[in-house]
Parts: sequence; structure tokens; C-alpha cells
Amino acid sequence: MYLTDDEKYILDGKRGEAERMALSILVELGRLHGAQRLIPVSQVHIDATLYMVDAGIEFAEFMAGGNAKTAVPTSLNPSGVDLTHWQAYRVPPDLLEKNRRLERAYMRMGAAPTWTCAPYQQGLVPRFGEHIAWGESNAIAFANSVLGARTNRIADLMDICAAVAGKTPEFGLHLSEHRRARVRIDCRDFSPDMTEDSALYPLLGYTFGKMAGDRVAALTGLPPDVSVDALKSFSAAAASSGAVGLFHLPGITPEARNLEMCFHGKPPEQVFDITADTLRNAAHGLWTLPTDAVDWIVTGCPHYSFAQCRHLARLMSDKKIHSSVVFWVFTSRMVYALLEQNGILAELNRAGIDVFTDGCPLQYPKTRWHFTAAVSDSAKFTHYCRSQTGLPAGLLSIGECVETAVSGRIQRKDRSWR
Amino acid sequence: MALTLEGRCIVEGNATGELLVSTRSISFWGDVDPATGSICDARHELCHVSVAGKILAFPMGKGSSTGSLIFLELARTQKAPAAIINVRTEPILTTGPVVAGHFYGVRVPVLTLAQSDFDKLISGWMCEVVVAPERTICTLAQ
Repeated sequence: MYLTDDEKYILDGKRGEAERMALSILVELGRLHGAQRLIPVSQVHIDATLYMVDAGIEFAEFMAGGNAKTAVPTSLNPSGVDLTHWQAYRVPPDLLEKNRRLERAYMRMGAAPTWTCAPYQQGLVPRFGEHIAWGESNAIAFANSVLGARTNRIADLMDICAAVAGKTPEFGLHLSEHRRARVRIDCRDFSPDMTEDSALYPLLGYTFGKMAGDRVAALTGLPPDVSVDALKSFSAAAASSGAVGLFHLPGITPEARNLEMCFHGKPPEQVFDITADTLRNAAHGLWTLPTDAVDWIVTGCPHYSFAQCRHLARLMSDKKIHSSVVFWVFTSRMVYALLEQNGILAELNRAGIDVFTDGCPLQYPKTRWHFTAAVSDSAKFTHYCRSQTGLPAGLLSIGECVETAVSGRIQRKDRSWR
Repeated sequence: MALTLEGRCIVEGNATGELLVSTRSISFWGDVDPATGSICDARHELCHVSVAGKILAFPMGKGSSTGSLIFLELARTQKAPAAIINVRTEPILTTGPVVAGHFYGVRVPVLTLAQSDFDKLISGWMCEVVVAPERTICTLAQ
């Protein structure tokens, strides 16, 4: 692997042990995955931000303690808790302290306290063709496929190293030849009724991810005017059911203006169809609720945008949630500030909805809240709910989440495709 | 009976241990309990079996990006497998062993075998792996 004089200098330990280790790890990973060199990245998104194990704290504190700084603008994925509203979120003191240690380490390194899994809606937005190093599966899929930036699926810990070095090994999705679609997945038979329904996109993404697996796939048949938030839901769902780092939506994905560009002029290796039946099967697989009883309604996985919060407030209008349920919205500090200033936060709170920042609903303080069954408008949340929280869950549209919250019982509208 | 298989070097190193073979993919996040080092997915054929010190063979990584962090914790608490054998590997899986080597000095070699050779692996057999770019060998004995 080619190393610059500056890189050799760092590898000799001349800029300290932390920088040496970060670069050594990147070089070894690059070597074993066939990279010829390291390339500069314009920004990094760190996924290893949520307290899970002590090794994570030790690694971050080693870097911060060694005076390693983020070499490029670096955003942070959610913390393990709501660091701001930790009292309302009922965070046990020991759990708060573990997450605070990570917070102190990343602040010392100069990262931006974004604490969000949707960094692409928070001002750190890369452009088409820009090389970045991002962790967090939904953000990776969104950055590659919707924004047209270039990132591999960066693992935890490698993300910290990339932030310290400002570089990443050049292989995989940084190279055009690996961005070519291999598989075509078609949903041409979908009616406008379906494609205009925002509830389609989490389920479609989930189905798509299962079919694509770890291959780059192109999805044909969607209209070009799909909303950013629908694409966010799609990315999150696809990256939950499959190892999806990049997908092509012809006419939406910047490097894939048409079908020929998706496949670099070559034929697809395989073609699949998604039909209403395929979607129905996926919806069935995601539904693990034994009855129509529910006590936990969760939105904001990935973190809700301003537009999604505003839409939710409109759906609630003057309604109030039932006393038997808890309704949580997760969003970023930046969106929260907007909601607070324009009155939407007060509206949501009046309706009985709690808005939290910084954290991840899958990692809520389980000893302090006692839920039995969840519904969400997120296929990612529904997919991981059982393994991460032990609770059964169901996927609904946001409109159905509201009706469920108001009545205290599952309200599920008939849709031809599920 | 002994069997020698040639593989491909992913992460260098040598190790000896008991083989633990999973026919299904493993994600260190979600499938392995970092507190005990045991497989914790109830749907997995090896549920409750510990991976600590084993030569752990599974076809491919499922690739949750947090898997590397869980792997580092296993290395910290000395519950990491002694080596990993895959048919196909990917960067998210290799990050754990690479960081564990640099940060905790716990060297966990990773190698790949052809599917036909992977199919010869049997849980409970003793296994020695010598993983180097020049030559990667996996020797099995009952």
C-alpha cells in the first residue's frame, strides 16, 4: 500500500500514540481489503457513540487522552440516552455516567454534538461524489444512494480512526466499479395510490433489502418525486434487512439518471419483482404482536425531521393520546430547537406526546419503563425491537400510529398491499 | 485422523483450539452476549455455547457495524474466539480482530476457506491455524 511521507511520520509515532494507532488500524484494514492507498475524506460520522460495552469507552478515552483530534468535521450518532432530558427519560445514574464519559471523550476530540442517526438532515450534508467515512447503516445507505456521496459501510472503531486521520482506505464503494448495480428489482406494477402512500416506503425498503442482501441493486418503478423522508425510511429499512450500503433509484440516485447508468451499460445479473404479495409477506413477518393491545408508540427511528414532526402535530390536531399509552418521538437537538421555537413542541406535549433528543428508542432505560407491546412507523425499529428490547412490535403508518395512540388499541386500516 | 486445508489469509496470526462450526452467519452484535461470550440468539443452533477460545467457523459475517465493538469487548475480557474461519469475509467483520490486535494486543487470526473445505469442518475437533500471506493452513484432528 502506498504511504505518503506524512503518513509514515505518523506511523513512526511522531505525532503521538493515539494518532499512530488510528492510522495503523486504517492501514491494516486497507491492506487486507486490497486498498492501494488512503484517501482524504471531507467528513466522518461516528457510530460508536452509544454506551454498550466498556471497551468502547476505553477506546474513545484512549484517543481523547492521547490528544487525538478530529481531523475533519465529525458528527455523532445517538448517545445511549437523552443527554439533555435525562430526568424525563428516567435515565439511571450509572447509565448516564457511562454515556457522559463517551460524550466527554468525543467533545475533547472536537466532534460536533449532533447525537443523531440522520446527520444528512442536520447541516453536515455531503455533495455528489464527495468521499466521506460514515458509520450508521441508514445514514450510509442514504449518503451513497440519495446524496451520491461515497462511503463504505464503516464499522464501529474504524469510524473513530477515520475521524482522527481524516482519511479512509480506498476500496469498495469509494471506487466506481464497485458502485455498479448487479441486480434489478422491479416494482413497476405499483399503482400511484401505493407510491403516494408514505406507509409504503419502510415496507418496500425492508423487502428490497432482503432481496438485495450485500449486492448493489437497482429498484425500478418508483416515481421521481419520492420525498426525502420516504427515502430515509426506505434506506433505514433496506439496511436493516440486508447489508445494503448503496442502492440505485434511477432518476433519484445522482449517478444513476437512468437504468443504463445503474448498470454501467451491462445487463443485470438477476432480476426480481416486488409485488403486492411480496409486500404482504414482509408485513406479516414484521408483525409480532399477539393481540391488539399496545402501550408504546415510537417514532423517530431514524430521528424525525422537522417536516415529520410538523406532520405528526397536524395529524394530532386537538386530539389527545389515551391514558394507557406512551407516545415517543425521537429527534435531534437541532430539530428540537426549531420545534420549541415555533410552537410545535408545545402542541405535541399538549397532545401527550413526549419528544426526546440524542438517544435511540431501541436502547431506552429498560429498568425504568415497563412496556409490553410497541407499534412504530419504522420498519427498522420494528425489525430490531424484539432482539433489542424483548418486546413484540408492529409496523403501522404514522396516521395509524396516531389513531392507535388516541384509542389505546391497534387501529390498522386495510390497504390492498398488506 | 488429520486433515490439512489451504486457505486465504485475511488477518495474520497463529492459533490452536477446539472448532466451533456454525452453518449460519453470525453477527457479533445481537448474536453474541458480550458479558458471557456465548451465542445468545435463541433461534441460533449454537445458542448458549461459548465462543471464547474456540476456532469459530461461520460462512460469513452478517455485518452489523456494531459487531466490531462487541468483538473488542470480548477481547478485553478474554472471551474472544482464538481464530475465525469464514467462506466470505467483509470489512465490518475484520475491523473487530484488527482493532483488538492493535488496542489490546489480542491477535485473532482470520482466514477464509473454499466452501467445499469449509464443509469438512466439524465442531469439537481440534484445529490449528497458521495464517500468513505466503501460506495459510488449517489442520484438523479428531
